[in-house]
Amino acid sequence: MIWTDLLPGLFGEHHQVSREGELLRGTAQLDGRTLAVVGTTDHAAIGIELALAQARAVLDTVRDHPGRPILLLVDTQGQRLRRRDELLGINRYMAHLGLCIELARQRGHRVIGLVYDQALSGGFITSGLIADACYALPEAEIRVMRLPAMARVTKIDEARLAALAESNPVFAPGVENYVAMGGVRALWRGDLAAQLREALAQAPITDERARDGAERGGRRLAAEVAQRVAQHPAQA
Amino acid sequence: MSLANPLQASFAESTARERVLQLLDAGSFTEILGPSARVMSPHLSQLGVPSSFDDGVVVGEGRLGGQPVLVAAQEGEFMGGGVGEVHGAKLVGLFQRALRQRPAAVLVLAESGGVRLHEANAGLIAVSEVMRALLATRAAGIPTLMLIGGANGCFGGMGLVARCADHVVMSDAARLSMSGPEVIESSHGVEEFDAKDRALVWRTTGGKHRYLMGDCDVLVDDQLGAFREAALQLLGQARPLTLEALEQEHALLAARLADHGDCADAVDIWRHLGIPDAPSVVNLDAADVRLLKHAVQEGAQP
Repeated sequence: MIWTDLLPGLFGEHHQVSREGELLRGTAQLDGRTLAVVGTTDHAAIGIELALAQARAVLDTVRDHPGRPILLLVDTQGQRLRRRDELLGINRYMAHLGLCIELARQRGHRVIGLVYDQALSGGFITSGLIADACYALPEAEIRVMRLPAMARVTKIDEARLAALAESNPVFAPGVENYVAMGGVRALWRGDLAAQLREALAQAPITDERARDGAERGGRRLAAEVAQRVAQHPAQA
Repeated sequence: MSLANPLQASFAESTARERVLQLLDAGSFTEILGPSARVMSPHLSQLGVPSSFDDGVVVGEGRLGGQPVLVAAQEGEFMGGGVGEVHGAKLVGLFQRALRQRPAAVLVLAESGGVRLHEANAGLIAVSEVMRALLATRAAGIPTLMLIGGANGCFGGMGLVARCADHVVMSDAARLSMSGPEVIESSHGVEEFDAKDRALVWRTTGGKHRYLMGDCDVLVDDQLGAFREAALQLLGQARPLTLEALEQEHALLAARLADHGDCADAVDIWRHLGIPDAPSVVNLDAADVRLLKHAVQEGAQP
């Protein structure tokens, strides 16, 4: 879905979100309560400038509007793949965005992520995936890496990876798999405003994803293994 | 390691388990879910890829300078240290353990390409869970230390996790960044980033550049003893996440973009930083780079 259709679906006419390049930024009202909206569009490649701009929007919200909920709108092709970004420390810029969102969470802002188009690895870890909870539209797609690059790195034939992406939930880009694995809390269908309202009221503030993945059968080991390490008897 | 003093052994050339044993006080390490527990990846066998009995990460507890610490070490020889479902869950469990035990620090000897692509979606979620678990530990005032010295460097999701920790220690043999040079080259061509040009790769993402830029706090020689010494100095030193601290970080990153955003090469940035003979930095050892940075900072004072 394109962002200009998404916002009326969520807020009717009650939004003041504008686009600056690939950045989406502004406010919106739900039930008379104001939310901050921060995100990207056009399958943005997240370079250092765009990471910094999103961080600024989050920091401004924390500084000027304590407690205001934040909605992160995700549409990204992942981190920008340029040498200049690496030279200047893109991992630090993206981590900074993640830390700003973490600060907001710690100071009591509800932070909801929504993948409304596509999400890829690097651009997703420090946005939607670090929210209190991340949701997705049913037609959205989440990928770790494009198949040609993945074939090169894993040395698994691209045709085989393509076949796996058709059938294997660990490789398939469909968001249903992410729901089954607990990485996406739920898909939003139909009345988007109602589901945002419910997310703001119900989303957990602790990380429940491994437990969700186990309960939903999509990721069976993560919660159990973490618990075994955490609860292992201490040495004297 | 046949050296008379194993602390002088190369961090990069040691295995994850050797690194942990030399980093901590002698005889103090207890591994949790070690190889004998055979907690392995549920995803690799279907791809015909060999599994590892520890899924490529060593976690456990021990002492450093007599103080209790928790420690994790990623094994770069197994799938490049990539984070899969079990590997990630062991790291998450270690951070959850820290919340109960309140050690003097959690040490992560990071060597990783990030998400283990063979576990694609499960690996991506796992990296995110590691980041959230580290941040919860940091929020509890327990220092999180990233020690980066492996030949594979620290990239992708783990490069992000590293910059979420309280402190980063690197050797000049190590690299810290986001996308590996091969991925960038395959995406935009060899003119964009020649992955075979080792000198270019190291001065773009290596320990010296990261230290001069302030992306790592401590630069050490590629020796196990040097990492141990650096970690000892950082025990108990938490850096709280505050609005003021993040505003400072934001200003630093904005200034970096304004000051160096048009630099084509690390040498240009080093020159901007006031280093007189910038091209020679690549030939200096870690101690000389530390002195150089100190001198540049002194020179910058009014």
